Amino acid sequence: MIRIEPRETQSRTFTLGVPILSAVIALALAAIPLLAAGANPIVAYAEMFRGVFGSVFAFSEVLTRATPLIFTGLAAALAFRAKLWNIGAEGQLYLGAMAAVAIGSGVLDVPGILLLPMIVILGAAAGAAGMVAPTYLKTRFGADEVVTTLLLNFIILIFVQMMLEGPLQDPMSLGWPQSAPVLDQGMLPPLMERLRVHSGLILALILAGLAQFMLARSVWGFRLRAVGENAAAARHAGINVKRSLFGVAILSGGLAGLAGVSEVAGLKGYLTADLSPGFGYTGIVVAMLAGLSPAGVVIAALFIASVFVGADSMSRAMGVSSFLADLVVSMSLLCVLVGGFVARYRIVRSSTARAAS
Amino acid sequence: MMDILNILLSESFWAASLRIATPLIFGVLGALICERAGVLNLGIEGIFVVGAMCGWMAVWLGAGLWGGVLVAALAGAFFGLLHAILTVPLGLSQHVSGLGITLFATSVSYFTYRTALPNVSSPPRIEPFQPLDLPILSDLPFLGSVLFQQTALTWLALLLVAVVWYVMNRTALGVAIKAVGDNPDSVDAQGLSVYALRMGAITVGSALMALGGAFLTMSAFDAFFFGMVNGRGWVCIALVIFASWRPGKALLGALLFGAFDALQVRLQTEIGALVPGQVFLMAPYILSIIALVIAARSADYPRALLTPWFKGQR
Repeated sequence: MIRIEPRETQSRTFTLGVPILSAVIALALAAIPLLAAGANPIVAYAEMFRGVFGSVFAFSEVLTRATPLIFTGLAAALAFRAKLWNIGAEGQLYLGAMAAVAIGSGVLDVPGILLLPMIVILGAAAGAAGMVAPTYLKTRFGADEVVTTLLLNFIILIFVQMMLEGPLQDPMSLGWPQSAPVLDQGMLPPLMERLRVHSGLILALILAGLAQFMLARSVWGFRLRAVGENAAAARHAGINVKRSLFGVAILSGGLAGLAGVSEVAGLKGYLTADLSPGFGYTGIVVAMLAGLSPAGVVIAALFIASVFVGADSMSRAMGVSSFLADLVVSMSLLCVLVGGFVARYRIVRSSTARAAS
Repeated sequence: MMDILNILLSESFWAASLRIATPLIFGVLGALICERAGVLNLGIEGIFVVGAMCGWMAVWLGAGLWGGVLVAALAGAFFGLLHAILTVPLGLSQHVSGLGITLFATSVSYFTYRTALPNVSSPPRIEPFQPLDLPILSDLPFLGSVLFQQTALTWLALLLVAVVWYVMNRTALGVAIKAVGDNPDSVDAQGLSVYALRMGAITVGSALMALGGAFLTMSAFDAFFFGMVNGRGWVCIALVIFASWRPGKALLGALLFGAFDALQVRLQTEIGALVPGQVFLMAPYILSIIALVIAARSADYPRALLTPWFKGQR
């Protein structure tokens, strides 16, 4: 008889090995769609590698692409730790971006030096507000936050389009649905000349470090993990579960909002409705690949960003659809899920079934 | 006010409501079957996309309309089976697995479509299902002309409501599916396979979801577009809670939703000058959230929903 039982201990090899192996398997599986598209997989992988590591410019593009993914990955990782299913990072990203252009394009009369800090703080606050509402509906009415945050993504995106054809539209844009540009003082300074990588990356790395430290070492982190592992037990132990949930909701939404701030004030300079190609959803994959660890999020975001940048470059060179990147990303999520099972359980063959405890 | 009354009394309004409701009827029924068996299927959004793409492509390649429907259902069943394997014997997080299925199914569909049609400026069209003229029924006053404007897929959706209701409430299989979502231990104690029941329910439910997608490309429209599912799957997940996991109420919920959506389109032409058009576009999603909030308090979730079950462990 075959049965499944939990492993006694979780080894470090598995914690580190499973995500790496999952990424490798997902990349290897991409050979199937590549062959189907009539491309030589070896050549395609070489093109992808060149697109990522081929030049300083190429790798700077990976860093640029990883920046919003670190923010949305952290947003998902923290929320999922508390079993708060925030699938709304995409919408919260746009809320942060809207706040950034609303303040940054000179509507408020703010002294130049204060403009950037205000954009960052209010952008994060806007994102946080976008997560507080579903958390309230969850704690007050029991409305599933998965559904509300998912639906809010659509509502917010339509709201963005409305704002870009209304109050936020650039009068100089000749009717294009596009916001006025963020003033120079409001922009996150670039990190290197002539490259697109900007100081939003530094902010993302600092926040990842802070989240890692807080989660592992602080009372707040302990409470968060306790709520996620067993809400009833946490409540019994005197933890205010509701307050913990709102706390993590604010952080998660705020981080997603910062992804929008960073894209607008670090990269694009203005807002359009196609600012994010699904950074919010990809952030979930990043968080899962990272095993919900903030430090891991940085590495996973770099990997996913490399897949996107590499696939784009390969797509231009070989004419294979760049949807290949989305395929690799989704397959790595499924692989890491299965890998997590292998790490947690083992399959035992036993002739005598152990008495059920 | 008179305008609204005029709209509500028009046959075209009710015909449109039923048309908008059709993909949701398929989707809610599919989600209902999965959740009754104790498994949340957030793959629904991607399974809609797969159904829409595969159904359309099969017809485009010459399989015929019903061939397309079959292909769509099989594709949905395939991705459903994948979700079933991940969540039932492996007992992995139903949330994450479902989202993974949605991302995977969507990217497979988009990649396949793009690879098959690399350089098309406008999406190729197929000859979609035509309105079905049934003797006697079509001659009924009002109701006849509302139903007369519908295609065979809408009839199939209505038929499936009855079938799912019958199976769930009148057969041993239905009792077993509901039991496996409430108390899998009791099902196991009776010698039935929890794994088989749950996996079967997810696979069949996912096939129904894919039909909702197929309706979009084979009846509502005649081509496949990126982003055409546009959250319809998520709306179904909200509606199934609103429907308290009952087929009859699922039909009612989908129809109500369709009616509101049809109403907002018509109001848009009436008072569109006063309010930005986007307000109307938001309405269906806002409506779904309101429906969810209203229903959530008293929602009687299947008790084992989201809880994995392993043989030999209690």
